[in-house]
Amino acid sequence: MTKQLTGAEIVLKSLLDQGVEVVFGYPGGAVLPIYDSLFKQNSIRHILVRQEGGAIHAAEGYARSSGRIGVVLVTSGPGVTNIVTGLTDAMMDSVPIVCIAGQVPQHLIGSDAFQECDTTGITRPCTKHNYLVKDVNKLSSVFHEAFAIANNGRPGPVLIDIPKDVQFAKGEYLESDKIFIPKHRLFDPNIKDNEKQIYESCKLIANAKKPIFYIGGGCINSGLKAAHLVREFVKETGAPATSTLMGLGVLQSSNKFSLGMLGMHGMYEANLAMHDCDVMINIGARFDDRVTGRLDAFSPNSKKIHIDIDASSINKNIKIDVPIVGDVASIMIQTLNFWKKNKYSTDKNALALWWKKIEEWKKVQCLHYEQKKDGIIKPQQAIKRLYELTKDKNTIITTEVGQHQMWAAQYYKFEEPNRWLTSGGLGTMGYGFPAAIGAQVANPEALVIDIAGDASILMNMQEMSTAVQHRLPIKIFILNNEYMGMVRQWQELLHGGRYSESYTDSLPDFVKLAESYKAKGLRATKASELDKVIKEMIETDNTVIADICVDKEENCFPMIQSGSAHNEMLLNKYQTQDKQAAEKGKILV
Amino acid sequence: MNKSNKSVYDSPTIVSETQRHILTILVDNEPGVLARVIGMFSGRGYNIDSLNVAEVSNQHLSRITIVTQGTNEVLEQIQTQLMNIVPVHSVTNLQKEGSSVEAEVALVYMDINEENKKKAYQICDFYRARKIENEHNSVIFEIAGASERIDTFIKDISKVTEIEIVRSGPVAISSITKDKEE
Repeated sequence: MTKQLTGAEIVLKSLLDQGVEVVFGYPGGAVLPIYDSLFKQNSIRHILVRQEGGAIHAAEGYARSSGRIGVVLVTSGPGVTNIVTGLTDAMMDSVPIVCIAGQVPQHLIGSDAFQECDTTGITRPCTKHNYLVKDVNKLSSVFHEAFAIANNGRPGPVLIDIPKDVQFAKGEYLESDKIFIPKHRLFDPNIKDNEKQIYESCKLIANAKKPIFYIGGGCINSGLKAAHLVREFVKETGAPATSTLMGLGVLQSSNKFSLGMLGMHGMYEANLAMHDCDVMINIGARFDDRVTGRLDAFSPNSKKIHIDIDASSINKNIKIDVPIVGDVASIMIQTLNFWKKNKYSTDKNALALWWKKIEEWKKVQCLHYEQKKDGIIKPQQAIKRLYELTKDKNTIITTEVGQHQMWAAQYYKFEEPNRWLTSGGLGTMGYGFPAAIGAQVANPEALVIDIAGDASILMNMQEMSTAVQHRLPIKIFILNNEYMGMVRQWQELLHGGRYSESYTDSLPDFVKLAESYKAKGLRATKASELDKVIKEMIETDNTVIADICVDKEENCFPMIQSGSAHNEMLLNKYQTQDKQAAEKGKILV
Repeated sequence: MNKSNKSVYDSPTIVSETQRHILTILVDNEPGVLARVIGMFSGRGYNIDSLNVAEVSNQHLSRITIVTQGTNEVLEQIQTQLMNIVPVHSVTNLQKEGSSVEAEVALVYMDINEENKKKAYQICDFYRARKIENEHNSVIFEIAGASERIDTFIKDISKVTEIEIVRSGPVAISSITKDKEE
């Protein structure tokens, strides 16, 4: 007979068996047995956060910067409800997370016990899958399946709810190789007819006059190899390529085929090229509304190829001509083989004309801004200088959500994947700082910078304590305009400049705030001080808050307003949108 | 009216019309599986006209039959979203398969007296509704068959007597020779 272990010991053994090194969590009554086993071992490091919401974003940052699975440990009731935002965020952005939650003992379930909540019920729509484990003997198999599901197919969060009595009960542990997971519970990579679809797509690309690649976060989730294969295929065809917010870094910014980001605040040339193209090759993106703009005017004259591991992404928003379901890396290998074997090539003359047109659009210089030498700091300038002073370092950028996020996406140039962590789908303010904690834990040697806004950073400010406790030298680079900048911008453009509740009054003194946590606080108020502050920030071997006081009413341009099409971009606030479209756009988000 | 618009964003030009579809979903019979399936419908704004679920074999499998309305595009979304649910084995759209047999069961309580008895029993006889004996000697009939047939039965019988009715909603099965299901 095998040795009997307690549920809590099985939890730890399962984590070890899965190669987990770090757990982000917060203790409480219903997880005390697990914390007790954690205390008795030295293999797994626990990062104590200051609120559970911070733990799950940290796990997201850990997962996305390392390509591994992020693990979260929280207690029942409020512990669980606090991570719901992070679970939804991970669900939307396809981040592999395993979350372990404590639950009240089984005999109390349903009795409205202290710190009881319907965990599986609450988290069902915001996880890929969740479990309530009632039998200690099933605990190890649940864990191994949970790790497989989180990482398999389109990645996502999985939650395991463990009643306290199960943590105490004794049962049998099974190693991961002794577990059988039925085929239907995982993604099945053997898709029928993919060869035919790849043939169709190659034919379309070879005959295209105005092709464009539309690259998404799926190319990052598929692993480093996928990014290199995508680069190879783009080079092979010579077609222009644009990237979503989540896909930044797949193609190097310096890559001559790269047009930069597309979408609501994307590059002028990228959006116009998407609108005018005749063949669109979507690799691992999902036609999000921030990308497509008005759907009935989205790239009206193109044939669309869509490579996605999630079959439900295909034809969800946009009708696809050639869908290919599968992992980016494996589809790219097949495509490249097929393309080379059959000596396909693109129409060089047509492509030359296409590039000529794109070069003309580039002349618009949509990211142009003016910075007075000793004047107030333009937020664009702050990011640009940050990029220039950190580009030769091993840098990971995280962001919160809002104007600063878009400026970071526009002005910070990424050369590699997994270096850019931002909340794309859910748009979670407060994501960036805890994500930076996770990224720094996973990459102790890296320079991790959270580009933040003054409003967003306050949403998870308490994690300063976490960063300092664990000696994580994260740099928080706040573009401080004393507004919720993006809200203010929409109010200016759509609501007659009535800035309802978008001014953040009574902001803390961020320098003193940093000092009170025994971190370093820095401030720049003039353009001439910017470089000095950035350099000092980089050189400081401690957590730093750099409070960059920027132009308060700067807007983020270019912009496709909601309800508009790709070719109806606004380049500055003096351009006004078509009245009717603006009215229609108002009801959108 | 196109009911399928699930968000405020304009949908791409929808070419097909809204139709009734019967989906049959084979799932692992584990806690919460029904909530996952119907949660997908309510969460994404799809309609359920009727729902039926029961264990179908001794291998811990359940069959869920759902009647819904939607365009082909919406149905494609529903099917792929359902397939993303971990305990789901397979989803079949019987409307798309073409040939299927469907049936539902209705129990009908009738207020029978000397006056309407003859006529009511005639109708029941005509529709092959079967009287269910019970300890209180209430008049309860059971009718099984296609939903349309039950509809007309109800229409006819309610002309002669007060009734109370419980319907199961349809279950359906493909009548085409099929590959073995996993």
